[in-house]
Amino acid sequence: MTTAEPTDRADAPAKRGAEGDSSRSPLLEPRKRIEGAVLNVFSHGFLVLWTVLAAGPLVWALMNALKDSGDILANPWALPGSIDWANWSNAWSRARIGRYAANSLVIVAVSVPLTMLFGSMAAYVLARFDFKGARIVYFTFVGGMAFPVVMALVPLFFVMKNLSLLDTRHGLIMVYIAYSMPFTIFFMTTFFRTLPSSVSEAAEIDGASHTRIFFQVMLPMAKPGLISVGIFNFLGHWNQYVLPFALNHNEDDYVLTQGIGLLFAQAGYRSDYGRLFAGLVMAALPILVVYIIFQRQVQAGLTAGAVK
Amino acid sequence: MTDGGRAATKVGDPGKSAEKPSPPRSRKESFRSSPRYRTFVKYRFVTGFLIIPFGLYAVFVISPFVQTFYYSFTDWTGFSSDFNMVGFENYSRLLDDETFWAAVRNNLVLALAVPFVTLSLGLFFAFMLTVGGRHKRGEAVSGVRGAKTYKIVYFFPQALSIAVIAALWGYIFKPDVGLLDPVLPGALSPNGGWLADSSFALWAVMIVMCWAMVGFFVVLFSAAIGQIPKEIYESALLDGASRAVTFFRITLPLIRDTVQTGWVYMGIMALGAESFAVVNIITQGPGGPEDSTMVLGVYLWQTGFAQAQAGRGAAMGVALFILTMILAIAALSVGRRRDRIEY
Repeated sequence: MTTAEPTDRADAPAKRGAEGDSSRSPLLEPRKRIEGAVLNVFSHGFLVLWTVLAAGPLVWALMNALKDSGDILANPWALPGSIDWANWSNAWSRARIGRYAANSLVIVAVSVPLTMLFGSMAAYVLARFDFKGARIVYFTFVGGMAFPVVMALVPLFFVMKNLSLLDTRHGLIMVYIAYSMPFTIFFMTTFFRTLPSSVSEAAEIDGASHTRIFFQVMLPMAKPGLISVGIFNFLGHWNQYVLPFALNHNEDDYVLTQGIGLLFAQAGYRSDYGRLFAGLVMAALPILVVYIIFQRQVQAGLTAGAVK
Repeated sequence: MTDGGRAATKVGDPGKSAEKPSPPRSRKESFRSSPRYRTFVKYRFVTGFLIIPFGLYAVFVISPFVQTFYYSFTDWTGFSSDFNMVGFENYSRLLDDETFWAAVRNNLVLALAVPFVTLSLGLFFAFMLTVGGRHKRGEAVSGVRGAKTYKIVYFFPQALSIAVIAALWGYIFKPDVGLLDPVLPGALSPNGGWLADSSFALWAVMIVMCWAMVGFFVVLFSAAIGQIPKEIYESALLDGASRAVTFFRITLPLIRDTVQTGWVYMGIMALGAESFAVVNIITQGPGGPEDSTMVLGVYLWQTGFAQAQAGRGAAMGVALFILTMILAIAALSVGRRRDRIEY
């Protein structure tokens, strides 16, 4: 047995397939080819159409961010004639997109790591320990995934007010963490259950405490899961609109999504459209870059819950 | 430590082992070496790890949820600490409230139409990208060429905040800068744009929501379709099944559970957060013109705060919850199969 043999075998089916494409099942071929051609034109057309629809508005925003307001009003479809970077500095400083982005960043930098820590602590306990009420606690957490946040906004506002957490950063962070628990725990519980128990048993025999086993053995082993759900939570917190809208009213502390809402509301009477589009692009681009870099993990995190 | 406990149990009387394992040890140590200590340590650990997550969850999620039900039976304004129980008055007043019914109607339209369009498009694209390709290189199942790129581009909107998406489309619908006004025929472009016209505004909201969500379902359904064994497709192909037949007889039945889950998820979004954000950002009022885009979330917020009627707002929250539950139960039970297909 040499290493050449398996490679040969792996090559064989591919070769056979390439040659045999037309000779294989000759009875089926003609009909399939006609049907295939019609369907291909139709469905490829549709796929391309949706690509244009999905990316088009973003490209349009980018185009307009480079035009001055007069050009935008003259013809919204036209390509930018000369590039006008003033919009960008205007959006950054006068529309305060820079400030709002910084606010978002500060909040997310704290809320996401803490969500991951608390979420995986709870998930670990629920996945690996048998105790009274474990199932009830688990379903209380996971049931929150079906919970419409909007319905409880009014009482939530007053809970925050009574705890003096309204319009504060740490208050918003706590709420973000709380509302991320259901999915994080759901995801991480499933993940911890799939990890082999032999390693943690070995650590236990060596005399490691439960806490130590969690932080030094289980958490490092759960890294792929943590990355998926961490990126998911990052996108969720960065893009959150409803919670800051209800709980964060100080205009200096607005997060980016609120800033975009404000920018849009002002569009009516200030009509400095170039600045608005520049603001939009500045809000959209970084997150698109993050997504493109991590798209595999993002997609894994998003689909893990619903596909068994 | 555990070894010591076990040894003691072996030699001594099993009943007394916890009391006096070996003479020189103190009382505290005897507890540490007893089997109950393991249980104690376990519960101490479990409590320690659960207390912060569960505490936050209880204060910020469970308690507002429970309070919504409680306050819906009061005349609480939200700004004074005293209120009276008023029974079902908030609810009976809702029944006569035209704006409330407009909101319910719009929410229902959104919760039925948006998932239908979004899921159909998502299914079609996912099928094309996963198994719709030509059968090249002897593979029975493959996606169309460039499937990966399509998937990345389709997912773009999902990565963006709904606030950014809403604002972007808000500009597209605007008559002066928007893309639509110059190209649409007169009958389809009312004065002031779609968002200013009560017969078009809800369409605008629906388009934004569909656009925002299709990419998610393409990715979700692609993952589900990817789990169907290829042999099933191969045998269908040998039997001469066309792509349409393959889709309706194999793909759709086998990923039915995922489709149902997706429907519930999309329905919840259309009733709650997603419609709240879109309507709040781009429509006039928000909720206008003439309540044509009013949704429960926006109306309950306006009632609870701007009108200082937290009790009535809470009653709307309960209505929203009931609508959500009805929708979820309906979506999960309609056509539910008893026999699960295992593969």
